Amino acid sequence: MPRCNTNFGKWALVVRQPPIHVSLRGVTKEYESKLGRTHALGPIDIDLRRSEFFAAVGPSGCGKSTLLDVIAALVPPSAGLVTFEGQPIGNTVPDGIGVVFQENACFPWLNVADNITFGLRRQPVERSEVERRLQDALQLMGLQDFARAFPAQLSGGMRQRVCIARTLLMQPRLILLDEPFGALDQQTRLLMGDELLRIWRATGATVLLITHALDEAAMLADRVAVMSARPGKILEVIETGWPRERDSQIVSVPEFGAITARLWTLLRAQSMQALRPEPV
Amino acid sequence: MRIVFYRLVAVFLPLTLLEILCREHVIKPLILPPPSRMLLGLWAVIANGAFNAAIVKTLANVGLAIVLAVVVGIAAGAAIHRSRPLRTLLEPLFSTYYAIPIYAFYPLFIVVFGLGDTPQVLIGFMLAVVSMIVSTLAGLDSVPAVLGKTARVMQLGAVETVRSVTMPYAAPYLFTGVKLAIAYAFIGVIGAEFIMSGTGLGYEIRFAYDNLDNDVMYPLILLILLIAVAVNMSLDHWDRALRSRRERG
Amino acid sequence: MMMRRIIYAHPALSFVVTLLVLWQIVYWLVGPNALLPPVETVVYLARLLQTARFWGHISETGTAFVVALAISVVAGLATGLALGMNRTMAEVFEPFLLAGNSVPKIALYPIVLLIFGIGMPAKIAFGAIHGVVPVAIFTLAACNNVPRILLRAASTMQLTRWDMIRSVLLPAALPDIFSGIRIGFSLTLIGTILGEMFGSQRGLGYLLMTAIGLHNVQVIMSVTLLLVLVAATANTVLLQQDRRLRNPGGTSFQKPD
Repeated sequence: MPRCNTNFGKWALVVRQPPIHVSLRGVTKEYESKLGRTHALGPIDIDLRRSEFFAAVGPSGCGKSTLLDVIAALVPPSAGLVTFEGQPIGNTVPDGIGVVFQENACFPWLNVADNITFGLRRQPVERSEVERRLQDALQLMGLQDFARAFPAQLSGGMRQRVCIARTLLMQPRLILLDEPFGALDQQTRLLMGDELLRIWRATGATVLLITHALDEAAMLADRVAVMSARPGKILEVIETGWPRERDSQIVSVPEFGAITARLWTLLRAQSMQALRPEPV
Repeated sequence: MRIVFYRLVAVFLPLTLLEILCREHVIKPLILPPPSRMLLGLWAVIANGAFNAAIVKTLANVGLAIVLAVVVGIAAGAAIHRSRPLRTLLEPLFSTYYAIPIYAFYPLFIVVFGLGDTPQVLIGFMLAVVSMIVSTLAGLDSVPAVLGKTARVMQLGAVETVRSVTMPYAAPYLFTGVKLAIAYAFIGVIGAEFIMSGTGLGYEIRFAYDNLDNDVMYPLILLILLIAVAVNMSLDHWDRALRSRRERG
Repeated sequence: MMMRRIIYAHPALSFVVTLLVLWQIVYWLVGPNALLPPVETVVYLARLLQTARFWGHISETGTAFVVALAISVVAGLATGLALGMNRTMAEVFEPFLLAGNSVPKIALYPIVLLIFGIGMPAKIAFGAIHGVVPVAIFTLAACNNVPRILLRAASTMQLTRWDMIRSVLLPAALPDIFSGIRIGFSLTLIGTILGEMFGSQRGLGYLLMTAIGLHNVQVIMSVTLLLVLVAATANTVLLQQDRRLRNPGGTSFQKPD
């Protein structure tokens, strides 16, 4: 188990630990290619607690996205076990998991409303319920005026909101986000971060955020895992101890600076190692 | 390697099937002789040399059409690229051109130019030139505007600008244009020869067909197919080689 | 310049006018033995269109074309989709498809005639041969070009394989598939006319061929004009639909008040 020793918990409340939602034991991923075997990830041992906001940061190529793919069952692990809500994960994405990708995944031939309801329409849910959830999502994501617009007419930030709304409509209990704000400018990122926190509080879902932005991880998450350069292993998990009601203004709190400093100290060595060219 | 094996199977299995069906007279020899006979006929035709004149005539016409199409195409493309009104005017032409049955103009050409080689070359040229123009335009479009300005700042002469700035970007597009021009020139010239001509491979095929001379007709058809496929495949191969060198280098 | 503004405002119209002017000039250079001027051609065509016999030829060509197009589209789609689903087969057969595209198909014409005999089937076969190749090539390319991210996103939404194909793959591939059909349309028309030039006693291609033999400039020009008009109009309409598929909803969005 990784060392959960760094606790900046001035505000940490002493409560019973919530139940485990996702569990990884000895998870590794290796890829076969023309150049041979690449050891991309692991071994990873980690637990995600119910309703927590968990972030993972690491240098490029360390396998953070692979970690997300494995948890979402998009990719099978080469070794190890992943359990979601007590059940081992199989070959298909389990019900109750939603994924938001970095690249724009809006279907260009559907308008915003149809995009958002795409996943839910396929489930045995009443039309009126679908409509109700759609209106709620449009409100929540600030897309009310754009229900009939097409993705090509929207900005990158808005398209990501559509994708998030689409995921939310299915009321996932676990939300996985793979660098969702990577393609957006800094201000939009901060605003989207606040929105993400609101959604997290409103839905009570467990959130796993993969990001390369340290400040984003430090500001948004309850716990931040720092991953090593490839093959990615978890070096340390930092507890931020933030209160549940938080937003981007937390950056002005002195603990924030300490957390980001600690993250960077850990990451700096890893990033430099990642930048060194691979021996062929 | 598995791929190559599958391809070989895809070619030889139907051929073997055809061979068997033909020999068993399930397919009448008057319609389709067995592939083996076609190949032997091809060998005979080449060795015989009776059709060498026709082959040379066709290839010469195709060659001429290609050269004209490429030269005129690049020149016209460059000129059109410089003139925005001209380009806007011609845009409808480029988007509709290949929908139009160009062969329909063939009778007009015969009436105007007579029954020599000109109508065939002209049809081949007409089919090929527009793809060359369109490719040239695409190639010139791909040169980032900032580089044109950089060249002017560095006071590069026209020739130097074309050589070091324009060509690296435009070259792949030009090559695609030449590939298409070659394919179209073949199609145009041979088609025209077939429809109405006194010389060339297309005419010979038509003549053989009219005279029910399968032993000549099929080998000639095979010859045209083989030439067309060989030329296009080698161009594709060259294209891919150039492309990968570009990517690696 | 005034002309520049006119060109920018009405590009297609300007183009047509330019063509007509050039046509007239060439007529003046070449003489009535070789060409007919624009006005006279239109008049003659109008007269032809009033005869039942001409319409008989049109319907002959039209029927052959429609059937050939249907075959091209169905066979092309089937081939393209089948190869699109299977990476290995796609790699195996792609060079054959491309070769089929660059071969002068008119060289195959005698074979078609020998197999089908003279008449409608030969025309249809020839038209279909011309049309099926671009449809197949474009459909295959369309399947390969579907952005992977869309398929990944869909796989997180519990879709069956069939649902994935129907609701994600096909709509994503539709713009490119439609481009293939558009090109297949034009080429099928050309192929059908070509087919009629030899293997038939009826149809517009046959008319053209006989007119060439009789040196009947009026018929040659009228039929050519008709063919060009039909092909150009059809292509323009299809092109507009193509653009609409690629750009659903247009380029700007008006927020509702």
